[in-house]
Amino acid sequence: MISLSPAAPPGVVTSEGLAADLCCFPTLDQYFSLVRSFKDDGFEMCVDLSGVDYLEHFDRWLPEGVAPTRFEVVVNLLSLSKKQRVRIRVQAGDDAPEVDSLFSLYPGTEAMEREAFDLFGLLFANHPDLTRILMPEEWEGHPLRKDYGAGRVPVQFKESPGPR
Amino acid sequence: MSDDTIRVAERLDLLTAETSEGAQELQRRDTTSDNELGREVGAVLRLDGLTLDPTSVDYDRHDDETMIINMGPSHPSTHGVLRLMLELDGEFVLRTKPVIGYLHTGMEKTGEELSYIQGATNVTRMDYLSPVINELCFSMAVEKLLDIEVPSRAVWIRMLMSELNRISSHLVWMATNGMDLGASSMMIYGLRERELILAFFEKTAGLRLNLNYVRPGGVAADLPDGWRDDVLVICDTIYARTFEYDELLTGQPIFRNRMVGVAPLTAEEALALGVTGPLLRSTGVPWDLRRSMPYLAYDEVDFDVIVGTFGDNFDRYAIRLNEIRESIRIVRQCIEKMPSGDYRSQDPKVTPPPRARIGESMEALIHHFKLFTEGFHVPAGEVYSAVESPRGEIGCYLVSDGGPKPYRLHVRAPSFVNLQAVSLLMRGGSMSDTITVISTIDPVMGEVDR
Amino acid sequence: MALEDLQHNFLTGPLEDIVRWARRASVWPASFGLACCAIEMMATGGADFDLARYGMEVFRNSPRQADLMIVAGRVSQKMAPVLRQVYDQMMEPKWVISMGVCASTGGLFNNYAIVQGVDQIVPVDVYAPGCPPSPETLMHAILTLHEQIRTGEIMKRRHEGRPVHLDGAQDLWTPEVPVAVRVGTPK
Repeated sequence: MISLSPAAPPGVVTSEGLAADLCCFPTLDQYFSLVRSFKDDGFEMCVDLSGVDYLEHFDRWLPEGVAPTRFEVVVNLLSLSKKQRVRIRVQAGDDAPEVDSLFSLYPGTEAMEREAFDLFGLLFANHPDLTRILMPEEWEGHPLRKDYGAGRVPVQFKESPGPR
Repeated sequence: MSDDTIRVAERLDLLTAETSEGAQELQRRDTTSDNELGREVGAVLRLDGLTLDPTSVDYDRHDDETMIINMGPSHPSTHGVLRLMLELDGEFVLRTKPVIGYLHTGMEKTGEELSYIQGATNVTRMDYLSPVINELCFSMAVEKLLDIEVPSRAVWIRMLMSELNRISSHLVWMATNGMDLGASSMMIYGLRERELILAFFEKTAGLRLNLNYVRPGGVAADLPDGWRDDVLVICDTIYARTFEYDELLTGQPIFRNRMVGVAPLTAEEALALGVTGPLLRSTGVPWDLRRSMPYLAYDEVDFDVIVGTFGDNFDRYAIRLNEIRESIRIVRQCIEKMPSGDYRSQDPKVTPPPRARIGESMEALIHHFKLFTEGFHVPAGEVYSAVESPRGEIGCYLVSDGGPKPYRLHVRAPSFVNLQAVSLLMRGGSMSDTITVISTIDPVMGEVDR
Repeated sequence: MALEDLQHNFLTGPLEDIVRWARRASVWPASFGLACCAIEMMATGGADFDLARYGMEVFRNSPRQADLMIVAGRVSQKMAPVLRQVYDQMMEPKWVISMGVCASTGGLFNNYAIVQGVDQIVPVDVYAPGCPPSPETLMHAILTLHEQIRTGEIMKRRHEGRPVHLDGAQDLWTPEVPVAVRVGTPK
């Protein structure tokens, strides 16, 4: 286990991560300052930001002291100089999930946050342009939520009992 | 008759209105916020409290001095269905906004409905120019969650197929890049070379494109007999022909004028935007996942990481051309060092029994049935696993709840993130430079929109 | 040319054959490549499977100059009105080949984001299955279309025996369901 120098600031719950050197669980207030401290510490690139809807898997494993909510925002950071990866999971909320935007630290998160908004309905404060990016403009609903159906069209095959 | 014309006119109105995407498009300057304006002009590094710089060339322009035009989504040069909205002053580009989503397929949602064996068929269609590498990324994520070990022959076969896929993806890039710049014979050459590789893929996996070959646990089938001769022919032919491409393009004055010095990118801007792949290496940062965080057996083969200096279009072209040569080097070493053994893991949880046993043994039949109808269960957890695709770092963030299907499948697509560099690279260039810039960023819209 | 409705005699019969030969020997495709099938379409136009021997290697980028639209790839909800606009801008006579299973029926992706079959938006003449169809399959589809143009059957079927008029008001085929079902589908 590679030790990061310095480790995550005190007050933030951490654990070992699978295929990540460290996995942090900040609260909504600690989120932005935690990412800023990692950036100052040599994590030059934010490779991925995405949302997860835990409606049907609410009892996932979380370390002590972290209160689960329905939506989570997962950020993966990469340090090129130290060759390390760090994962940050913040519990975003149940009904009106809102977290701080990382745009002012990593401008590359602009499109990723728009995608999380479009597909999950997660809101990002201080994002320059929070509009839909993948779905058409007047689409209603957020498709990747678990209570949004996949939209399958029933297909009937020849000589089969009925539409699937 | 007059009724018909009115009805038709209403319909056409409806259809025209529906192609506009409202707030996703490039708006007039007076309705755009400062931060958004900053992004559209490509300001990447000055972000806190962005104020418009009055000494810059166009910040006091009125909206009636410039023209907003639309390029795409159905356009010959946008590499797929990318829509670019440009604000132009005559021939020069001031602001850019890409509008994407025209190929959104809901693959992440479909991924939650398919089992892990079927998952590779879904993921493979994201970046359709390098399907093996998408499948590799997904399979490695599943194997990390399952905590199983892949036999060494499977590892080397995966490496061989990944490198062949990298060669064929870069050949398509060279073909379309040449075509965009006007060298239409380059299109024919690139596609001709690629046919050799696709014939080998068809012999091994059954399909030319979107081959469902790399699966969790190993690969789907062993390499065919006589594969060494086939692959040696591929290596020798393509290696000799890369020097022909040098003659055609690299020294040619028109090509150089259009590519050298155009759209430079600096390392800080690239790191801030999160770009990876040849775009990052062209700025001088020697970051290649195969060398820096090796996976498969890349630490046992010898190859160079190609790095550029100026970050302009020509560097990106040269990097891709030389990466073809480096991949050929890796393929030759794979031919020499390929170990013998199983081509997939023998763990009964993951691998179905051999087909011949199904007729003999009841347990084999039940085992096969359960694996292909329900699928194997993966322990609960989450993983992010990344590999180096021809476009950059492709990563798969997989959350499992212990069932036979993924709970959340998210793919970090390199082209999605690289496309954010478009407004930065196009600013100040002319319309003809926009084509070369999109071409050298090499977006594949299947993975941008997923 | 409004020749299909004439009673043919020994002069106009061969003339119509010449017209049909001209139409099928130089069908110019409009480039509407969307996804993986577009790469196979490019490979069909390449050197190994040559489309130029049928007079089709020029993929006209302007729909005004094109005869054939090969819908190659999956059509998403956002792209559907664009597809319809490009189809409307093409001049008669025009044909559509739906290449691949995603364009024919929605293919692997039976979900909210993909139009389940491009024939919900434009009338299709030939369907080419495959994921992606190999270049030989696409050429078979193209040759089938050529055969239908040669016998004139394709014009008869489209207009169901009615003569072709050039003012075109009754030729406009519009779908019954408006383009692209744009509402969410809650579970």
